[in-house]
Amino acid sequence: MNISATRAVRLVARRELATRLRSKAFVISTLIMLVFIGGYIVLMNVIGSSSNHSTVGFTPATGSLAVSVKSTGKAVGEDITTRTVSEAAGRKQVSDGKLDALVVGGPGDFTVVVKKSLKSGLANTFNVLARQEALNTQIRSLGKDPADVNRAVASASVHVQPLQPAGEYQTQRLVLGIVAVVLLYMSLMINGQAVAQGVVEEKSSRVVELLLATVRPWQLMAGKVLGIAVVGLVQMIVFAAVGLGLGLATGVLSIPAALLTGTAVWTIVWYLIGFFMYAVMLAAAGALVSRQEDANSVVTPVLMLIIVPAVIGWSVIPANPDSQLGHVLSMIPLFSPMLMPMRIALGVAPAWEIALSVVLSVALVVGLVALAGRVYRNAVLRTGARVKLSDALRSA
Amino acid sequence: MTERRLEIDAVSKRYGDVVALSDMTFDVRAGELFGFVGSNGAGKTTTMRIALGVLAADSGVVRWDSRPVTVDTRRRIGYMPEERGLYPRMKVGEQLEYLAELHGMSRSAARSSARRWAERLGVSGRLGDEVQKLSLGNQQRVQLAAALVHDPSILILDEPFSGLDPVAVDVMSDVLREKAAEGIPVVFSSHQLDLVQRLCDRVGIVRSGRMVACGPVAELRAGGTARLVVGAPDAPNGWAAGIPGVSVAEHRDGTTVLELAAGADDQAVLRAALATGPVHEFARRLPSLTELFRNVVSEHVGGHTGTEEARV
Repeated sequence: MNISATRAVRLVARRELATRLRSKAFVISTLIMLVFIGGYIVLMNVIGSSSNHSTVGFTPATGSLAVSVKSTGKAVGEDITTRTVSEAAGRKQVSDGKLDALVVGGPGDFTVVVKKSLKSGLANTFNVLARQEALNTQIRSLGKDPADVNRAVASASVHVQPLQPAGEYQTQRLVLGIVAVVLLYMSLMINGQAVAQGVVEEKSSRVVELLLATVRPWQLMAGKVLGIAVVGLVQMIVFAAVGLGLGLATGVLSIPAALLTGTAVWTIVWYLIGFFMYAVMLAAAGALVSRQEDANSVVTPVLMLIIVPAVIGWSVIPANPDSQLGHVLSMIPLFSPMLMPMRIALGVAPAWEIALSVVLSVALVVGLVALAGRVYRNAVLRTGARVKLSDALRSA
Repeated sequence: MTERRLEIDAVSKRYGDVVALSDMTFDVRAGELFGFVGSNGAGKTTTMRIALGVLAADSGVVRWDSRPVTVDTRRRIGYMPEERGLYPRMKVGEQLEYLAELHGMSRSAARSSARRWAERLGVSGRLGDEVQKLSLGNQQRVQLAAALVHDPSILILDEPFSGLDPVAVDVMSDVLREKAAEGIPVVFSSHQLDLVQRLCDRVGIVRSGRMVACGPVAELRAGGTARLVVGAPDAPNGWAAGIPGVSVAEHRDGTTVLELAAGADDQAVLRAALATGPVHEFARRLPSLTELFRNVVSEHVGGHTGTEEARV
């Protein structure tokens, strides 16, 4: 009839896991987040394809321009499909929205027919093309060959000497980083609060006294935190798999798979570190009150420790990923879980900074476990009025 | 199985300036039903919590079988806290299995034990229901099942009878007797003193954190102030006033209850009664546990006698 500490912790964790995974709240929140991820990717896909892709019609008279329009479009980042139509049919197709633009007139003096306005990608294309034509005309009038001049122009470029190696701040990486930390933040908020709620539930239903007659307080707390950590981990892995899978399948993400996987793994690692950091604080906070109605008053201050670093970090990093402030903040334990994954996604976090921030954060977690364990042990059986934190820390 | 005992030895506990327990001492032998009575706030729950290790004592020891109680011993205690507690949204069956496993049972043993106790306590039809959906009475039965499901070798029950309907009281009494007959020490607290008197081998009366009377029920009753019930319909008020060592406890409808101090002469009482007219009843009666309890509690004049005891 002996029961080891690990078995006790495992039993408690198993119950948490089973209870949470079956709860409606978990299923619904997971589905909502998946819909959010899926919707985001679909949206990016739609925006991506519509903004960079257009179809342009040419009349037989302007057909010779098609090749240069296409190549100029490519140079300014617009993917252009060309089609030859009669002017009347073309005008109808433009007004029906089947064509983004129709080029009429002659090769030297053409007009672009659009429904209302020329979308910016096409406008750039035609402007560049028009200027190029004007330039070519001038070059010819000076007796030179435009092709020679263009070659000379194309080979000229400015020499840039960076004083610091700059990361590649690709939009995609920034988006990836933002999505990663937003998911991490939501998981921390949802699962962290589940820990506090669970502790208060055990206190308010008085079942905690029955449990503590057979398991030690630390075993109960550890089992609860670990059980819910696994719930969150499962959630994060599902999100990462679905997000990356969809992103790669639809072609929204064109970042190398190794980099994506690296970001996903680091996000999960930081989720775990962040979760333990906040979960033990929330467990201790929950132990201070005996009723769900009082839970907010003790849980909110801890949640602020998630929210404030997130808000500060998110306003610093995306604007200037390589800033000194970003480097410093992301090393501070309470900021690290929310900032490091983003900087890792952006590729601006040197290995030593990652290592140091992990060490610092883990050290904080260890310290918090000791403190929170003490508060939990001293407060969890004191029912009635809210227990003062100082009392819980002091009393033996 | 000879003389395995649960000993509470000189246990003291203070909460700040408030003394909750001072030198609480008693023992419960294997196979014995021990009733723990006292006013609210007298220290019963604190004592039980300390015996379970849920609370730490400031001083004193709790021993089982001559050895201080350890974590492993505590896993073999069946406990029913005064503040009933189960997970409201967990199913009855899963809850009992979980608690049995936490006490060290294997999964399969936990499952069969949960079924067995649910059956025995008449809640087997509710194994698949959430606890919060059960009536209060059924929740109490589940609570008792939770105390018994891991086949404990010691039972400590805080107010197990409170809130039970008469049928459930009988079921509970039977289970406690049965457990004691298996050689398990059973301690329970209760305010239902008639029940304690009927059920228990020994009782302990606690007041202000101290054991003030402890022993077999019959012994305690015999040691209390003897009473005489005299049925003399024609006797006027104050008929027994002059007899030395005798005081009137009650006089109603021709029946007088007298308390006799040690050495008082009951024959003098009989003569005085006969002098008033016919005497239909003349009986010596031992005080009930309730009367003893009142005496014990009021004898020691304390700050917290009064309203709280009105509930007893």
